[in-house]
Amino acid sequence: MKVLEVQSISKSYGDYQALNDISLSVPEGQIFGLLGPNGAGKTSLIRIINQIIAPDQGSILFEGEKLCEDHVRQIGYLPEERGLYKKMKVGEQALYLAQLKGMSEREAKKALKEWFQKFEINSWWDKKVEELSKGMAQKVQFIITVLHRPKLLIFDEPFSGFDPINANLIKDEILQLKEQGTSIIFSTHRMESVEELCDHIALIDKSKKILDGPVELIKEQYKEQIYKVDFASTQLDFLSTLPEEYHLMHKNSHKAEIQIKNGVPASTLIRHLLDKSDITAFEEKIPSINEIFIKTVQEN
Amino acid sequence: MNKILLIIKREYLSRVRKKSFVIMTIVAPILMTGLMVAPILLHETSEEDAKEILVCDENELFETHFEDREDIHYQFIDEPIEKAKEVFAETEAYALVHIPRVEANNLDLLESTVKVYARKQVSLSSQNNIEYNIEKVLESIKLKEEGLTRELIDKTRSSVSLNTIILDESGDEKISSTEISMGISMASGFLIYIFIFIYGTMVMKGVMEEKSSRIVEIIISSVKPFQLMMGKIIGIALVGFTQFALWIVLTVIISSVATGLLINPADINPADITPGVEMLAQDMQVQQGGFEFVMEQLGSLNLPLILGMFLFYFVGGYLMYGSLFAAVGAAVDVETDSQQFMMPITIPLIFGIIALQTIVDNPDGPLAFWCSIIPFTSPIVMMGRIPFDPPMWQIGLSMLMLILGFIFTAWFAGRIYRVGILMYGQKVNYKTMWKWIRHH
Repeated sequence: MKVLEVQSISKSYGDYQALNDISLSVPEGQIFGLLGPNGAGKTSLIRIINQIIAPDQGSILFEGEKLCEDHVRQIGYLPEERGLYKKMKVGEQALYLAQLKGMSEREAKKALKEWFQKFEINSWWDKKVEELSKGMAQKVQFIITVLHRPKLLIFDEPFSGFDPINANLIKDEILQLKEQGTSIIFSTHRMESVEELCDHIALIDKSKKILDGPVELIKEQYKEQIYKVDFASTQLDFLSTLPEEYHLMHKNSHKAEIQIKNGVPASTLIRHLLDKSDITAFEEKIPSINEIFIKTVQEN
Repeated sequence: MNKILLIIKREYLSRVRKKSFVIMTIVAPILMTGLMVAPILLHETSEEDAKEILVCDENELFETHFEDREDIHYQFIDEPIEKAKEVFAETEAYALVHIPRVEANNLDLLESTVKVYARKQVSLSSQNNIEYNIEKVLESIKLKEEGLTRELIDKTRSSVSLNTIILDESGDEKISSTEISMGISMASGFLIYIFIFIYGTMVMKGVMEEKSSRIVEIIISSVKPFQLMMGKIIGIALVGFTQFALWIVLTVIISSVATGLLINPADINPADITPGVEMLAQDMQVQQGGFEFVMEQLGSLNLPLILGMFLFYFVGGYLMYGSLFAAVGAAVDVETDSQQFMMPITIPLIFGIIALQTIVDNPDGPLAFWCSIIPFTSPIVMMGRIPFDPPMWQIGLSMLMLILGFIFTAWFAGRIYRVGILMYGQKVNYKTMWKWIRHH
């Protein structure tokens, strides 16, 4: 089941093309990483999904229906450029924004009290936003985004501005929301958080989609048959005279990385190495999302 | 629709609850009352020490003819001028008037040879009084030479004030007053101008606040940018109505209390109140019939029409300009950048106000016609023409044009607005704005 389907969306601003025929499917109940370098078109796509701007071409389906104003209530959005009214009180402001999403006042108040309790910030209710620190204001923004229990959450660089402790708190909340069945689109530059959170990623570069799929599968595709070997001895001179189907990538005192060419099975390599030295560990090197990101963007 | 109401409510409440709103609402009527009452009060206190003016008349013609005023006493000195100057130096007298000796057949020389000695600059009203007294004596002497008396001249003097009467098609007669029409015309034009400026600027600042605090993207993921813009404009209009209504009520209350407490009506002598008020006072004297007469003349105007039109142009003008102010607020990041975009908004408004002054003299001329049809000036100018009964078709056309003008500026501003509010740190000029209107 797909919660959101983006079908050949294009958008240009004058001569500048921001999105070129982008299609994506966001699976239900998963965290979908939307990656790409600065200016790739991520924010344009997110704004189109939020109906802030309209695409030139293409369409978007939300749970199989054409996206329309009624779906605003089903979506929660934490933009990258975010803030609150500085002179307004926290509680009042949260109520206002929740009502704009379509919640009733009573419903919003109840949900807000719960979240304030959970984050232990009850005392902030009557404070003006300008009295809060940046991190505190970010917490309030997070609550406002998820308050109306949307089916789809969109976070654009959610961790920017958080200290490590609060970033962790928010990360746990995001994982909990996923467990409760919420689908999440997650746009960021921070690859380590993608690694930790995302089930599925799409990579956009220069207004085009260049990579899309479940994280496991993509990693599988990008494996280069490189194996990390730990040797028992430090006498590793034999590595410089390896047969030609093996290629030494890297070595230090008792470790080495060896790439196998021509589809030779790994067991052959192990047998070959065991003849020379004892091995304490042998594992395949899985590329990180970061490496995949840099590689594909550079190749593009 | 429900969401736009929420926005209106927030915009209204967040401003009405501000301290600055409460202070402005209370202070402005006090200042207004002060402006009205202070000149009268000041005049009253300055009256208390009457000025003594010494006169040294070498012709001995004026002694019995100088009239003292409440605040000026004349004292004649029968000494040569040198001696008189010594006397002046010893006393506390305000000024010394020296009327030099002239030949009896050459009295006109006095028109330019009289000197006033004083320790500091002589006040305008004392100067006028001295001149008036000398002129009067000279006139009387000349009249006598021609065989006439002053009484005879006074008897022949007359003062005319016209009673203009409008004859309508059915033959009914209505007393009209150009002065009152002009007053209403100028006052309502000015009110509309001020309202557009104060609250238009408030709209602009509100939009800039949303943009610079970066809350705007959170809001427009829930509502359409156009809804947010209109909600803000309407909310601020309501703030304006509240403030204006409170100002009127408070000014009336405070000024009537103040006049009651501070000023004894018997002390007010309309003839010698400061020059500004003098004109008004004279106007009042012209309307000899007093209050009832004014009411009758007001009755001759089509008051429901005037009031209805005032509300229409008040609201229409504000809405039209309000969306333009919102567009400017959306286009810029900091207030200093807004200046260049404010120009095209302020110029037609100021032009309207300047045109209004000539239009009240010629309310049916071509300038009046065109300015009252073009929606950028019509709220001010057409309102200025209404008390002079312009043709119905022109009123209709002007109203229609204003509505179309509002739809146009709202559309135009909406396009700039929805792009501008999401543009941070961009140097915006007219060319980029034009791009936004065309491409986004």
